[in-house]
Amino acid sequence: MQLLDVTDLNTSFFADGNVIRAVDGVSFSVSKSETFGLVGESGCGKTMTALSVMRLVQPPGRIVKGQVVFEGKDLLSLSEREMEKIRGGRIGMIFQEPMSALNPVFRVGEQISEALMIHKDVDKKEARGRVIELLKQVGFDEPEKRYTQYPHQLSGGQRQRILIGIAISCGPSLVIADEPTTALDVATESQIINLLQDLVNDSAMSMIFITHNLNITRKFCRRIGIMYAGRMLEQNSVDDFFKEPLHPYSKGLLSSIYGLMGDQKRLTAIPGSVPKLAELPQGCTFHPRCPYAMPVCREEEPIIKEMGKGQWVRCYLY
Amino acid sequence: MGQVLSVLDLQRVYEVKRSVFSVQKEMINALNGVSLELDRGKTIGIVGESGSGKSTLARCILLLERPDSGTILFMGRDLLSITREELKTLRKQMQIIFQDPYSSLNPRKKVFDAIAEPLLFHRMVDKKEAKDRVIEILKDVGLDESFVNKYPHEMSGGQRQRVAIGRSLTTEPALIIADEPVSSLDVSIQSQIVNLFLDIKDRADIAMLFVSHDLNVVRFISDEIMVMYRGRVVETGTKDEVFLNPLHPYTKMLINAAKGKFFKKEGEDFFDKDRGCSYYARCEERKDSCCDSVPRLTGSKEHMTACFRES
Ligand SMILES: Nc1ncnc2c1ncn2[C@@H]1O[C@H](COP(=O)(O)OP(=O)(O)O)[C@@H](O)[C@H]1O
Ligand SMILES: Nc1ncnc2c1ncn2[C@@H]1O[C@H](COP(=O)(O)OP(=O)(O)O)[C@@H](O)[C@H]1O
Ligand SMILES: [Mg+2]
Ligand SMILES: [Mg+2]
Repeated sequence: MQLLDVTDLNTSFFADGNVIRAVDGVSFSVSKSETFGLVGESGCGKTMTALSVMRLVQPPGRIVKGQVVFEGKDLLSLSEREMEKIRGGRIGMIFQEPMSALNPVFRVGEQISEALMIHKDVDKKEARGRVIELLKQVGFDEPEKRYTQYPHQLSGGQRQRILIGIAISCGPSLVIADEPTTALDVATESQIINLLQDLVNDSAMSMIFITHNLNITRKFCRRIGIMYAGRMLEQNSVDDFFKEPLHPYSKGLLSSIYGLMGDQKRLTAIPGSVPKLAELPQGCTFHPRCPYAMPVCREEEPIIKEMGKGQWVRCYLY
Repeated sequence: MGQVLSVLDLQRVYEVKRSVFSVQKEMINALNGVSLELDRGKTIGIVGESGSGKSTLARCILLLERPDSGTILFMGRDLLSITREELKTLRKQMQIIFQDPYSSLNPRKKVFDAIAEPLLFHRMVDKKEAKDRVIEILKDVGLDESFVNKYPHEMSGGQRQRVAIGRSLTTEPALIIADEPVSSLDVSIQSQIVNLFLDIKDRADIAMLFVSHDLNVVRFISDEIMVMYRGRVVETGTKDEVFLNPLHPYTKMLINAAKGKFFKKEGEDFFDKDRGCSYYARCEERKDSCCDSVPRLTGSKEHMTACFRES
């Protein structure tokens, strides 16, 4: 059985009589101990997908349709109280900007303790002991000293370690990390990825790793989902994806990256620009930029087709 | 004479408060003895993590702020000692492109005005010719005529960056400094803009300083590479030398990270910055003696590094 099953998820924004379909018919699943990479360019709906799974979508946004089954429970039908237990308890979260996710006036150790005491039946003293352990686990050499520091006394990478500590404090079975390294330097980024990799390897934790950086998913994830304009265009194992991506958009993305690393004189670029969700083309959302576009692609959106075990693609070529 | 720019021993110190809550002052050596030479038609790629001084270098070369000391020779003229008038005419030949084109384009100006303005100001065209020339420039940067009447907010990030590049080309500059020009763009758009920079470089024989923290992008576009760390140049040389035979441990780390290799070492962010090699705290190859003094750039013109292991 899968740890998380998302089926036909639709989340839209309703403003000024317009409907913006930020997440449109997205389905995917994450199995136990698996790291799933959710990849796409900015605005394609990665964060909204994550927020929908956590039921944290704020008005004017709303989950319109779909199913999110986690550890056998249908999250979309739980009460808000039950959901609160799951957030930060069974599902941990790590966000892109560590500074805004931490409270500047509390010591970082206390902030992790807080997270622990909400979800677990522990007193202050016990919590402190566990937090010191956690700080060690996320790579701090002097956990006692770190415990008493404030967020502004830490570097960006160190703050992100604190957030990771909070995310894993209650022993979640799933962690959703939304671009956790985008704001960091390459050196710090690779340390954080390493840390996450160790944490996943050492526990039975699964992870949804959201990023726009394909290179990272290659090293870090086992499966990958490619989003574009609110849709999931392809799902694949990382091995197969990097050998032979299915969707023309995936091919374009990969060739931009390999091109930079290769020896040719120019890059093969995907023409045009990412469409605005309010002005999506008819048919396949990618067809105006697609080198393989056929007449049918302009008329009707292709449905998702299963290609093999764990491989799905939304494209008329298949 | 092929040399467009020669920078010698540039220094820039900022005085900053130690933290938001502190009254203590701290001196930051944003540029600590930076030198470089750039010829016509050549591109130097400047890499380094954020805070290494890349933008400060860009601003100082353009005299958007004054360095504390050092020399900047542009087209053979010493920028720090010429008159205002002379500087004004020379400025026309140096242009900068920023990371976020939104901030460099006036939100209330249409594309036509953004591009026509420098043309008219520098009397490159008269009013009658302006429209044709603007359309020509737009074509050069891959935009069609319909963009003439658009405002910045009506365009995508990539399109805005094209307009900013077009605007910088109006005065037929000898030097373009591009400060992280593709860093905020999506992958699919980034390749388009990288190609555009390649076109410009080929066609106009422009000298370019291309700043980026993305090693792959820099490698693709540059002839020479300069690696900065905490205000100093730690390695510099031809592209192939630096990429195929990196000497400085920091460069090696960056190249590995760009290839997607991750590494374990915990980067310490706090250390005694006044003594020894500034990379000491993070260095995978350090020796005790690296703490004693600051390594100087040594080597040949093709390849230099500031590391005691190499000298
Ligand atoms: N508050 C909002 N109001 C209206 N539309 C929104 C709002 N927040 C997000 N969106 C829409 O949702 C889309 C997906 O956003 P997001 O999930 O944040 O993208 P990503 O994380 O992939 O960059 C955006 O393109 C935007 O159009
Ligand atoms: N106007 C300024 N006032 C104070 N400190 C500054 C200022 N500009 C830059 N710095 C500091 O100088 C150093 C170099 O910054 P910068 O040139 O922006 O680096 P980069 O462009 O490589 O990220 C950093 O430590 C930064 O905090
Ligand atoms: Mg996002
Ligand atoms: Mg900068």
